Amino acid sequence: MVRVSDTPASPAPLHISGLAFSYRTGQRAVDDVSLRAAAGTVHAILGPNGAGKSTTIACAVGLHRPSAGTVRIFGRDPVADHSFTAGRTGVMLQDGGLPMAARPLAVLTHLSRLYASPLDVTELAERLGITSFADRSIRRLSGGQRQRVGLAAALIGRPRLLFLDEPTAGLDPQAALVVREVIDEQRRAGASVVLTTHDMDDAQRLADEITIIDHGRVIAAGTPRRLMNGGGNRMLRIVTGSPLSAEVSRALAVHGSVDQTPGDAATTLVRGDITPADLAAITRLLADHDVVCEEFAVTGRTLNDVFLDLTGRSLR
Amino acid sequence: MTDPTPQTTASARVTTASGAAPAGSRVLAQTAFEIRTILRNGEQLLVSIILPAIILFGLATTPILEALGVDLGSRRPVDVATAGVLSLAIGSSAFTGQAIATAFDRRYGVLRQLATTPLGVRGLIAGKLIAVCCVVAIQFTLIAGLALVLGASGGVHIAGLALTALLGTAMFLVWGLVMAGTIRAEATLALANLLWVLMASLGGLLLAHSGTWGAIVSWLPSGALGDAMRAAVLTGGLDATALAVMAVWTLVGIVTGVRFFSFDAK
Repeated sequence: MVRVSDTPASPAPLHISGLAFSYRTGQRAVDDVSLRAAAGTVHAILGPNGAGKSTTIACAVGLHRPSAGTVRIFGRDPVADHSFTAGRTGVMLQDGGLPMAARPLAVLTHLSRLYASPLDVTELAERLGITSFADRSIRRLSGGQRQRVGLAAALIGRPRLLFLDEPTAGLDPQAALVVREVIDEQRRAGASVVLTTHDMDDAQRLADEITIIDHGRVIAAGTPRRLMNGGGNRMLRIVTGSPLSAEVSRALAVHGSVDQTPGDAATTLVRGDITPADLAAITRLLADHDVVCEEFAVTGRTLNDVFLDLTGRSLR
Repeated sequence: MTDPTPQTTASARVTTASGAAPAGSRVLAQTAFEIRTILRNGEQLLVSIILPAIILFGLATTPILEALGVDLGSRRPVDVATAGVLSLAIGSSAFTGQAIATAFDRRYGVLRQLATTPLGVRGLIAGKLIAVCCVVAIQFTLIAGLALVLGASGGVHIAGLALTALLGTAMFLVWGLVMAGTIRAEATLALANLLWVLMASLGGLLLAHSGTWGAIVSWLPSGALGDAMRAAVLTGGLDATALAVMAVWTLVGIVTGVRFFSFDAK
């Protein structure tokens, strides 16, 4: 893995510091967000809908001028030094951004002419499976096909910094697999990939670094392992015939934080370190209270658990 | 992946390979793409070329102008009609066509996507301006050819015509983009078409108006372009006032666009 320190001689692909952005309505979308993406790494930005992920990316690529803070792409300002930064950056936006009347290869050929040394359009289209629908206008493509053309548009200029806003959303499993392969290839080729996603499995599998944003602010950051180890890294799932008594629940709380699955009072989750001694004590506790278990399982905490713990379980 | 030139280290590869094409190449690429898009759009061709040609033919070969009470003086209907239709052609391509196309590009995020490429906002506008100028040149060639067939006399102030066409194109493009970048695509579609009809019928674009109304419209973009075009085509001269009015409208449009244009249709 290629890691480059953030020095004036070799500045980081992306360095966001104290970023704030408010819309004209006064609504503050992002507040004091800082993150740094290194070369040869994948950096996932996670957060619930409306958390400020896409706004952060829009500021990073120069679409919005920050209200406060700085964005630097390879040490340069993406608004003031647009052609320098944009020449080294590939962007796949959430809403596609492709002209409806044109055909995929015409769009990619056009975009390739904006870069000094673009990839071969035909080879790229072949790699992403675009050739099979190349004779149709963008308007006639499915959402997943448009996503692939959008990814090709982001890759065409051989970017050293790649922004992917929900790259696997709406893709069939085969197309999602290709996207994950492309992300991994880009990382191995030394590019820095910054992606947003709601797919926690993707984030856990792909990301070297994760920043979780909620209500416009960074609420957690670190490697997936570090995030998953915080606050106890294991979870005990107990499914019983009827809800546990308050006395048993209180006794369980000694071993970790106790939650009941919403809408399912018979499933109890205990989150904590859950050592062998804890397990022995808990089985003894359940036996003493004559509790019959239908399921009793210890699992590692997933990124999904971490995310829900940090951002809450209620719908927004 | 598709990189045909593997090198020793990834950072070496990307250092040598990444970067923007020269600014001129980027603008020319956008120009070519815009021209292809315009020429492939059937509706836009109808409004840009076929409708102006039908109007020219109708005004030049029938007594409509006299019936409308137009004071022809010593001028022949075909000359008056040609001046009007050239202005109308600019209004079609630079204003109505670009307002609608850009509004839907904005709605579908095309403007945002292009703004993240090395083309940038200035390159996009430069590409559009050159492309529309090329389309206007094609329109002028076809309209002039038809006018000559219909017996137009010539005697045109070429430099005046070119200056009027360039300024008129820039002015209408700027206002078309302002509309596209500030209101919804559907509203732009309706309003741009409505304004085209109003400019042609009442706005002094196609025909000069007399009296108070004529004085009022000469200060509007459509009336100023119509006046400047009639001066260049019919009297072989320059209407400095009309050109100045167009320049002011262009500047006001640029200031308005810089202040209010938004890439986001949300």
